[in-house]
Amino acid sequence: MTSFGSRRGLKAAAATVAVSALLLTGCASQRADDGASNNAASSDGGSANVNSTFVFASSSDPTSLDPATASDGESFRVARQVFEGLVGTKPGTADPAPLLAESWTPSSDGTSYDFKLKTGVKFQDGTDFNAEAVCKNFDRWYNFDGILQTEGGAYYYKSLFQGYATKDTDKAVYKSCEATSDSEVTVNLTRPWVGFISALSLPAFSMQSPTAMEKYDADGVGGTADAPVMSEYGKAHPVGTGPFKFVSWENGQQITLERNADYWGDKGQIEKVVFQVISDPTARKQALEAGTVDGYDLVGPADLDDLKTKGFNLINRDAFNILYLGINSKVKELSDVRVRQAISYAIDKDQLIKQVMPAGTKKAVTFVPSTVRGFTEDVDQYNYDPEKAKELLKEAGYPEGFTTTFYYPTDVSRPYMPTPADTFTNISQQLAKVGIKVEAKPMKWTQYIPKIQNSEDHGLHLLGWTGDYNDPDNFVGVFFNGEKQEFGFKDESLFKNLDDARQMSDEAAQTAKYSEILKQISQVQPAVPVAHPVPTLAFNPRVTEYPASPVQDEVYNMVKLSK
Amino acid sequence: MLRFIAKRLGLLVLTLFGLSLLLFFWVRALPGGPATALLGERATPEAIAEINAAYGFDQPIWTQYVTYIGKLLSGNFGVSTQTKLPVLEQFGNQFPATFELAIFAILFAVIVGIPLGYWAARHYGKWQDNTSVVLSLLGVVIPVFFLAFILKWIFAVQLGWLPTAGRADVRLDATHYTNFYVLDGLITGELDAAWDAFKHLILPGIALGSIPLAIITRITRAAVLEVQGADYVRTAKAKGMPNTILRNRFILRNALLPVVTTVGLQLGLLFAGAVLTETVFAFQGVGYGIAQAISNADYPVLQAYIIFIALIYSVINLVVDLLYGVIDPRVRVK
Repeated sequence: MTSFGSRRGLKAAAATVAVSALLLTGCASQRADDGASNNAASSDGGSANVNSTFVFASSSDPTSLDPATASDGESFRVARQVFEGLVGTKPGTADPAPLLAESWTPSSDGTSYDFKLKTGVKFQDGTDFNAEAVCKNFDRWYNFDGILQTEGGAYYYKSLFQGYATKDTDKAVYKSCEATSDSEVTVNLTRPWVGFISALSLPAFSMQSPTAMEKYDADGVGGTADAPVMSEYGKAHPVGTGPFKFVSWENGQQITLERNADYWGDKGQIEKVVFQVISDPTARKQALEAGTVDGYDLVGPADLDDLKTKGFNLINRDAFNILYLGINSKVKELSDVRVRQAISYAIDKDQLIKQVMPAGTKKAVTFVPSTVRGFTEDVDQYNYDPEKAKELLKEAGYPEGFTTTFYYPTDVSRPYMPTPADTFTNISQQLAKVGIKVEAKPMKWTQYIPKIQNSEDHGLHLLGWTGDYNDPDNFVGVFFNGEKQEFGFKDESLFKNLDDARQMSDEAAQTAKYSEILKQISQVQPAVPVAHPVPTLAFNPRVTEYPASPVQDEVYNMVKLSK
Repeated sequence: MLRFIAKRLGLLVLTLFGLSLLLFFWVRALPGGPATALLGERATPEAIAEINAAYGFDQPIWTQYVTYIGKLLSGNFGVSTQTKLPVLEQFGNQFPATFELAIFAILFAVIVGIPLGYWAARHYGKWQDNTSVVLSLLGVVIPVFFLAFILKWIFAVQLGWLPTAGRADVRLDATHYTNFYVLDGLITGELDAAWDAFKHLILPGIALGSIPLAIITRITRAAVLEVQGADYVRTAKAKGMPNTILRNRFILRNALLPVVTTVGLQLGLLFAGAVLTETVFAFQGVGYGIAQAISNADYPVLQAYIIFIALIYSVINLVVDLLYGVIDPRVRVK
């Protein structure tokens, strides 16, 4: 393709000023021609004349190919293709749906779940997927050891199941797993946990082949305790039941997957998936423009118009995140609820979104997006009202306003915070209008997080969260489940409500409880929910369908290519 | 001669030891730490403390240093906190990329720079000379990342002649044994892969080679000017020495001495310049590794990579010193 590409490039350059658009179509069609010849040989490759290799630009290497030991987006992006869990998500939502488990029934007290498994499914190495394999996975997590017992080792198991066979056993949520028949399995918990099923939709809880895990020593995180080395399994031998099989990982360059010819479901059109590592956002955009990659994630707001004009497909995910303005209640002025309310009234979120957020971003009224269970608009909303803000400040004893620090990170772009510096500027100007002056405190990300979360000396700050699965505790529980230095805020009744809600066994009652909690939070306003910025993916025009998912449950057998 | 080398190597060990000490404390003074980098917004104080304990980062710093040196002496450079790969293995993956790039850059600089400098000197004071001086000035003053960006924008994005990023076309399915992609392509007979890898070197190589190019041009020019005016050249000319012999054996060979030093020093410096170039071109070499390690506060990688680079730099220097002897018998070490 490349040698042809250059010849076409020459012509295009000589021909016209609208070079790039022409060139791109030139490259894309050229590649399609190449692909057609590959495709002719394949029997079940969807329509002919399609280049069935799909190249996606990732921002970094995965941390591991073993999703149980990963928590980052790039690891999960690969894991979603290779692995499947008992529970998946309904397309385009964050709601749990059957996947390897066809159905499940919780016991009346909510402490055990009977799963009925899909039959006839095999792992990519030929091992049967059955009840025994399920139990081997659960037991494996429970028996994690050493670094895998920390949040740096296996984050999701640690933070959701909380205990292990050899450590914190009294806190452990998991109790045991019984294979009642080949296709039926019962998982017992030590206490009710409504979020259990939703949590199982996380790639971290994917079903992995017991044979491969044993053969390649998945838990033999080598090295020493203080210098753990990735296991052979996590480095080069992941085996799941998903539509794509792992082929190779060239560190820093690319990961290659190929279609799993024995996949039980829709095999789709794509025969080969390549994740090319391109760490620089501008370089990702240029690789798309040059036609070397088919798509990339988290398009910068500033690039959206440009890509759209040039004819690329932009696909939005439903936002499953929250950006908030953090307030440290340990600071004298900010400890007064009237001041926190004044800050909330002073911010015109619509204007902020219009100016610095990608199109499609929704205004946040509370700390969870509207798709999350328990979401309610029945909260104190603090619609933009600068006069009211000034009044409240006056009441609180600051008729002339006051000055406080405002921290923001300079070197990152998160899905919930695409442009921190612009957001900072916008909010600080709005605050200035009601008399709250801020002292700008820009910081590098790795310095910023400890400053905000591990110190008392900060005023306002920007932070947020991207949800992992549909569970309100995964949002509000993360922020307000106890006294944190980030908010310097103490409200025993709120902490207790959150703790109680987490342990409820009835989903409907729990959902109602979370709605109440959201209202309670809005009355004391420990932070200002600002927006749910929309994450955007960009694709080559040949990509006609992409299964965008709020929780990034995007499996490429569902991608459709036109050429 | 052997004693000279032994002495230099001894000094080298001392230097590296001192460097390891400085590095050890420097990386720990970086904001945040590996735990923060690993956890991001999930970095609760408890989680950070737990990870630090697991890695031993909670120990007194001298204890950590002693453990570190102990491992270093047995050839254990540690494991990256971010990628969980042994540092040596990761370096083995990334070094060939940078080496290939650096060789391309320095060849580009030498092949263009020496003739350009010589040409400028021969036309001393004329427009040819002025042009080369201005060009070399530009080469030095334009920041490498900016040049890289412009080159990429023109030749890769707008014209589409060359690839925008990476080391190879990911669709080619090339076989890699040595991780030197061009070499791999030649060994396996996958010539399209070798050509493809070469094309991926051109833009980053030119960007990276711009500074050495400028410096080599200027040094060559200055050296040739000096030698041209030397008595023995005038005498040779007066004797009726043929021009080719005069140029090649009398002028160029003598003028090359400072140029060789420069090339050597520049080759070492290229590894530093590679951080920016590799980032712009998503070229996954040592420079990229360092950039990632800095943003992730990846202590083991930073400590080891910088020592490796210092080692490479010192070895190149030593080789340059030995090369002097080859070029100029007068400085041959006794």
